[in-house]
Amino acid sequence: MSRYLGSSITKKLVMALAGLFLILFLPIHLGINFMLLKSDPEPFNKAAYFMANFWVIKIFEVVLLATFVIHIIWGIILQIQNWLARPIRYKVPNYSQTSFFSKFMIWTGLIIFIFLIIHFMNFYFIKLGLVKGDPENFYSVAHQLFKIPAYLAIYLISFTILGFHLSHSFWSAFQTLGWDHPKYTPLIKILGLIYAIFIPLGFFIIPIIIYLK
Amino acid sequence: MVTLNSKIPEGPLADKWNNHKASVRLVSPANKKKLDIIVVGAGAAGASAAASLAELGYNVKVFVYQDSSRRAHSIASQGGINATKNYKNDADSDYRLFYDMIKGGDFRAREANVYRLAEVSNNTIDQFVAQGVPFAREYSGYLANRSFGGVQVSRTFYAQGQTGQQCTLAAYQALMRQIKAGKAQMFSRRFLLDLIVINGKARGIIVRNLVSGEIERHSAHAVVFATGGFGTVYYLSTLAINSNGSASMAAYRKGAFMANPSMAQIHPTCIPVLNDYQSKLTLMSESLRNDGRVWVPKEKNEKRHPNDIPEEERDYYLERRYPAFGNLVPRDVASRAAKERCDAGYGVGDTGLSVYLDFRDAIRNQGKDVIADKYGNLFDLYTKVTGINPYIEPMRIYPASHYTMGGLWVDYNLMTSIPGLYAIGEANFSDHGANRLGASSLLQCAGDGYFILPVTIGNYLADDIRTPRISTDEPEFEKAEKEAKEKLNRLLSINGHQTVTSFHKRLGHIMWQYSGMRRNEKGLQKALQLVDELKEEFWKDVKVPGEMNELNQELEKAFRVADFFDLAHLIITDALHRKESCGAHFREEYQTEDGEPLRNDKDFMYVAAWEYTGENSPPKLNKEELSFKYVKVTKRSYK
Amino acid sequence: MNITLNIWRQIDSQDKGKFVEYKLDNVSSEMTFLEMLDSLNDKLIREGKDPIAYDSDCREGICGMCGLYINGRPNGPQKGVTTCQLSMSVFKDGEKIIVEPWRSKAFPVIKDLIVDRTAFDKLIQAGGFISVNTGAAPEANAIPIKKEKAERAFDAGICIGCGTCVATCKNASAMLFVSAKVSQFALLPQGQVEAKERVQKMIKAMDELGFGNCTNTGACEAECPKEISLSNIAHLNREFYKAKVK
Repeated sequence: MSRYLGSSITKKLVMALAGLFLILFLPIHLGINFMLLKSDPEPFNKAAYFMANFWVIKIFEVVLLATFVIHIIWGIILQIQNWLARPIRYKVPNYSQTSFFSKFMIWTGLIIFIFLIIHFMNFYFIKLGLVKGDPENFYSVAHQLFKIPAYLAIYLISFTILGFHLSHSFWSAFQTLGWDHPKYTPLIKILGLIYAIFIPLGFFIIPIIIYLK
Repeated sequence: MVTLNSKIPEGPLADKWNNHKASVRLVSPANKKKLDIIVVGAGAAGASAAASLAELGYNVKVFVYQDSSRRAHSIASQGGINATKNYKNDADSDYRLFYDMIKGGDFRAREANVYRLAEVSNNTIDQFVAQGVPFAREYSGYLANRSFGGVQVSRTFYAQGQTGQQCTLAAYQALMRQIKAGKAQMFSRRFLLDLIVINGKARGIIVRNLVSGEIERHSAHAVVFATGGFGTVYYLSTLAINSNGSASMAAYRKGAFMANPSMAQIHPTCIPVLNDYQSKLTLMSESLRNDGRVWVPKEKNEKRHPNDIPEEERDYYLERRYPAFGNLVPRDVASRAAKERCDAGYGVGDTGLSVYLDFRDAIRNQGKDVIADKYGNLFDLYTKVTGINPYIEPMRIYPASHYTMGGLWVDYNLMTSIPGLYAIGEANFSDHGANRLGASSLLQCAGDGYFILPVTIGNYLADDIRTPRISTDEPEFEKAEKEAKEKLNRLLSINGHQTVTSFHKRLGHIMWQYSGMRRNEKGLQKALQLVDELKEEFWKDVKVPGEMNELNQELEKAFRVADFFDLAHLIITDALHRKESCGAHFREEYQTEDGEPLRNDKDFMYVAAWEYTGENSPPKLNKEELSFKYVKVTKRSYK
Repeated sequence: MNITLNIWRQIDSQDKGKFVEYKLDNVSSEMTFLEMLDSLNDKLIREGKDPIAYDSDCREGICGMCGLYINGRPNGPQKGVTTCQLSMSVFKDGEKIIVEPWRSKAFPVIKDLIVDRTAFDKLIQAGGFISVNTGAAPEANAIPIKKEKAERAFDAGICIGCGTCVATCKNASAMLFVSAKVSQFALLPQGQVEAKERVQKMIKAMDELGFGNCTNTGACEAECPKEISLSNIAHLNREFYKAKVK
């Protein structure tokens, strides 16, 4: 099956491009989320409505969804191949001093995937009419959910995990694309780290403020 | 005594090789396809030969004892490879390299072979560069050179301290290409047990598959031994621990002559023996002597840290004794001088068996960066082994067994005294006389493998174009396989008390003490007796565990050590008979008043080619008289 | 010092294998790791037991023949060394040392700690060469090469083929090995003629030989005894895309 997906580098490239696309999408999502902090539900709902109905966004949405699916499926395929490449494991796990979270991308990824399903149940599937709810008022849905401590905890844990996932993603995508430079690569690594800290932090602040209100 | 025909072509020295190339018989491409060649050993010489022969169209079978031919010990050659490009405009020429090698070899090498090597030297550099060897370059983008011990020009091409690695990998990659093309076949993890001679011609080999333990027969129209040197007869050496002399001994027992086996080079710049457990000595490239200065304290039993010893209390003994060449005297001279100082009580370190190699002045004059650029990886290597940082304090070095100039006797065509058996690279004797100059071993390997053997072997095979593939059912195979099995079974059945390694260590001690840098009649006589006694003890009390039909590393070792006893015997016999001092062979009875070697050209200007006469009968001496028509035979002086 | 060793023993490629514990007294901190194993073998032979099989040859860190997985690290805890260069001084008295062979589908175990690395030869056979026949080479100085490029090619070319990168990679990927060769030749004008075919053939071979995929964890670079840089992998990726696009 792997033959039809191209060589190992091609598969990596697909992962990297999909990943980068998702990396670009996250700040947009965060921007919209910040509207949740306003006491007036209108801007957020309007934004949500706009996102749901404008045709350009609709195309974007399909692409985005496809990207998610590709990133996840390719990631799983690669991981299975990687496991098969070492049928007998070591007794002592590898203590090599390398970026810690890079070793657990499949696990952090799968946790994020589970969160995504919950997230979709709450919002996206409502919009699609798969789950009952009021697609006109995501603002209040969000506010209600964030008031539930368990949901909040799941939300915060998921974004912490996302941070871990992102800490390896940014530079790694550049490396896969072959963009390597003695001067700029360290810069990209720092940039990746900043991204991996501040994006999840942004997602953190919103529900905490809502919860404490 | 057999008259040895070295088959040197007629004509003036500079025309011999060209004339020979123009007159050798050729094998047509269609016929080459029908001819099989076995190459044993695939380091710089073997791999380059195997690749070149396969390119020509022969069917090549390559045998190595390691898992891949990239492991061969040519990979550890550090300093460089010589060529007469004259890029430095310092009046270098083929003749000058030839002269340096003849003089460096103390007038015990064969003129025609050495000149030919100088002639092909430039081709080897061209070949390596085209194969992607990243030699050091100037800022202009052109190739850089450095100088090396025993010469006064800069003709050495290098890739930091890993020239051998880069060149060997280039040859290995060329061979891999031929394997992919189906012209060469690799048999790795195979150990040579015997050579097959049918009707006086080398026709195949018996090997042991080191994984399954099976004995295999392989036939060919010609056999090439590129099996390297046997410096491990000293146990501790700069060689790979599994390097051995078994292939040479197999050939010797089948009638190939062993030439000058006592000519063994003790390399001056090695990391000293640090403890009793040591399994190996690490070489520090001779190129370090370009910038490093060798010294010992002027006082005996000096206990101060080397950096605390003031300039006037240091004895730069090489510069003192040999002002013209200073720290760049040839290896044998530098080694003996170090031993002399240490024996006199001036040695440094806990054991008193080492001297300093100091980069203080070079770093001061050229800057740390320049020195790091030239020797960085060597300094790192030194730090890894000793924990001492040579940028801050001097290295400690001592001589160690390194290279064997002696080896299987070959004629101008690199064919041994068994028709169809060739020996190339360190395995033969022909180019380095009594002492090898630095950066000329890689040259010889590549020269033999790429440019010389592919020409000369065709001349021999031209007679064989009608000979069908040799059958491995011939009685000679049968017999050799039976004998090899018997020998292995005998080793396994002794079941004594001592390990193989303990015997190897004891043999090494005897060789180092009595047949090392300084030798004398009495000591050599004693060594001969000790080696024979040890051999007897070995065959009575060695313990080889395990079985024949399995991966059995102790059995492999035992087979090699068994051969080392016979080789040691031969080395000592040769050293005893050569009543003169020349190159690396220093007989204490034959020295000048100031301790320089005293050569005896009247009686010993010949190659001693030893002939096997049976398990327990003394080897027979055959002589190839050397004549020097193109150089004036002088006293070799570096003062 | 006294140490306890837990060493993987496996009679042959078919055997299931197991860990066996050995106690070794009076180990000198001056020994190398392999000299320590030598002395253990010496003891085992004297006791009439089967010695442990492990590969090594040059014992100076250049042939790439040795290589053991020691306490969770290929070539042990020291940085930038091969197993034969590893010093016992990094271990403490009473320490328990677990020794395993390289683990990878592409490197099957032959016996005890010995693995079969011929897959690396096959990778080189796939394209790790410049196709110049003997005798066809032009004058060496005909093509000047920037010093800095030649040096980078050298830095990639010093790979010793020991397999540490595969052994340490959580995916058992051979990307660093392949990238070092591709990168070395891509940097040199001599190698550029075949650059396109080389990178594609070597990657194809790598995938077919059962090595895993690279996920940029950087373990290979961290553990490589020759400290070959991860930027070679980025270079390899570039070369691969170039070959695909053109």
